[in-house]
Amino acid sequence: MQQFKGKGIGKGVAIGRIFFYDKGEEAVRRETIDSVDAEIERYEAAKAKATEQLQKLYDKALVEVGEENAAIFEVHQMMLEDEDYNDSISNIIKTEKVCAEYAVATTGDNFAEMFANMDDEYFKARSADVKDISERVVRVLSGRETTSDLEEPVILVAEDLAPSETVQFDKSKLLAFVTRLGSANSHTAILARMMSLPAIIGIDIDKSWNGKQAIVDGYKGTITIDPDDDYMKEMLLIRHRDEEHRKLLQQLKGKPSVTKSGRKIKLYANIGGVKDTGAALDNDAEGVGLFRSEFLYLESEDFPTEDTQFQAYKSVVQNMAGKQVVIRTLDLGADKQVGYFDLGDEDNPAMGYRAIRICLDRPEIFKTQLRAIYRASAYGKVAIMFPMIISLDEVLQCKKYVEEVKQELKAENIPYSEDVELGIMIETPAAAVISEYLAKEVDFFSIGTNDLTQYTLAIDRQNAKLESINDSHHPAVLELIRMTIENGHKGGAWVGICGELAADTSLTAKFIEYGVDELSVSPAFILPVRAEIVNTE
Amino acid sequence: MKSFNYVITDEVGIHARPAGQLAKMVKELTSKVTIEANGKSAEATKLMMVMALGVKKDAEVTVKVEGPDEDADVVKVEDFFKANF
Repeated sequence: MQQFKGKGIGKGVAIGRIFFYDKGEEAVRRETIDSVDAEIERYEAAKAKATEQLQKLYDKALVEVGEENAAIFEVHQMMLEDEDYNDSISNIIKTEKVCAEYAVATTGDNFAEMFANMDDEYFKARSADVKDISERVVRVLSGRETTSDLEEPVILVAEDLAPSETVQFDKSKLLAFVTRLGSANSHTAILARMMSLPAIIGIDIDKSWNGKQAIVDGYKGTITIDPDDDYMKEMLLIRHRDEEHRKLLQQLKGKPSVTKSGRKIKLYANIGGVKDTGAALDNDAEGVGLFRSEFLYLESEDFPTEDTQFQAYKSVVQNMAGKQVVIRTLDLGADKQVGYFDLGDEDNPAMGYRAIRICLDRPEIFKTQLRAIYRASAYGKVAIMFPMIISLDEVLQCKKYVEEVKQELKAENIPYSEDVELGIMIETPAAAVISEYLAKEVDFFSIGTNDLTQYTLAIDRQNAKLESINDSHHPAVLELIRMTIENGHKGGAWVGICGELAADTSLTAKFIEYGVDELSVSPAFILPVRAEIVNTE
Repeated sequence: MKSFNYVITDEVGIHARPAGQLAKMVKELTSKVTIEANGKSAEATKLMMVMALGVKKDAEVTVKVEGPDEDADVVKVEDFFKANF
């Protein structure tokens, strides 16, 4: 048994025989020719044939992997039409009196090098496209067109794969891709992910592997040649788990999150930025229950402007297309520090100057954010949630600033929605204890179980030494959650949970029994939690 | 000669596919269309050269349109930029 490690670019486990794909590339020979015109004509004919092949590939890819990924073959056709590319080829044929193969290969190398030297990953990766179209024309010219006919599904091992090659293979015959070259941004990588195949790059491949039994672990980025029985058993188990998981996902997509007795639970996603909305929607989130706005502050070098924030909130709200988006106002301080805030050192930051405490102390920062959120509210269904609340007075202050911002926007004729729900995080024992009073002032609660556990048990969650006693299932924590849900309902507020416990499927039934209205979890946990909900009374 | 400035909003910048479509469209115009960015310039009909400008998101480009129908063509080209980049 031999194991090699590279970089996994497509997840999953594949077990099967290796097919070593050798392009059989002979070096292009520089041969002199007699008739320049005839050679240029040969090139034109080969180009026309290559274009025709690309059109067929485009049609095939369109069906198999969708328009967006098929587009590469349309781009290849366009590149083949490029004036400079074609001028370069005919010039080489004319001035050097050499064969078309040589002219195409040389031109291809020159253009590929130009792209390879660019400093942007996207443009760098175009180098492979130029090589790909040039090799295609050379193959047509030299009559070396071949497509491999595979007998059984295989693990495909190759030096590198051009996008056209990945599509040429019969998909049902492929288990995984393993290459020496390629990047996580390459089309091969994207296609591998689209086809949901495990794929690894950066492996020191060897021709002698051809026909050998192997296991590809796309999670760890390893390929194991001639695996022993123990390892085989282990990986079969993982592959089985993946298959079960996939089945679960497929069955639950599009299904409502309703218990057996007919109670509807809102199953929302936690997101940390605009880029996460794709994952939220892919996993069938019914809304966003926690949009952490910190990324706007963490990724910037100075206070993000109202417009910057507005654009980010608006994108998320629009992407979620009418589904509710709960935006949590700034939650910095403690473990999340930003230089330009100048927060200063603290002996006990978890209990220090953070979150709503900063906002109420520096209202100019707070109001900028509230204005941006209200402006975004005109584009969908927005809710606002305030973190780290400990008192009724804080809630009233927050509402006062909200009122001011609405009046300002109205005076400036800037559109916003009047139906923005206001809520608070319940993450301090203080808030949980007085939740009955707080509920009367807000539309909803969202229980932040990570901090609630930390403050209830007086255990610093960053301290590794305390991990063994840091029990988020502690009866005191669960009782505070139960009480908060009950008090919220008494005061007319709906109650959700957005901390890690929301994704803890061993507690889902208990939370439903407590009467929870919403659970907000990382996108990957949505379907597993839904599975739990539909199995609960 | 007509010209306009445009700030790229597309996440990837001036990338292959729309650049190819632009080249196709410009070939049917009578005007000569030049894109200037990062201190370099490229004719819009030349896909590879346009990509080699390496124009990314938030970069500003100047587009020059020159020819007998430049008044009408500049509108078409500007509309294309707004819709695709």
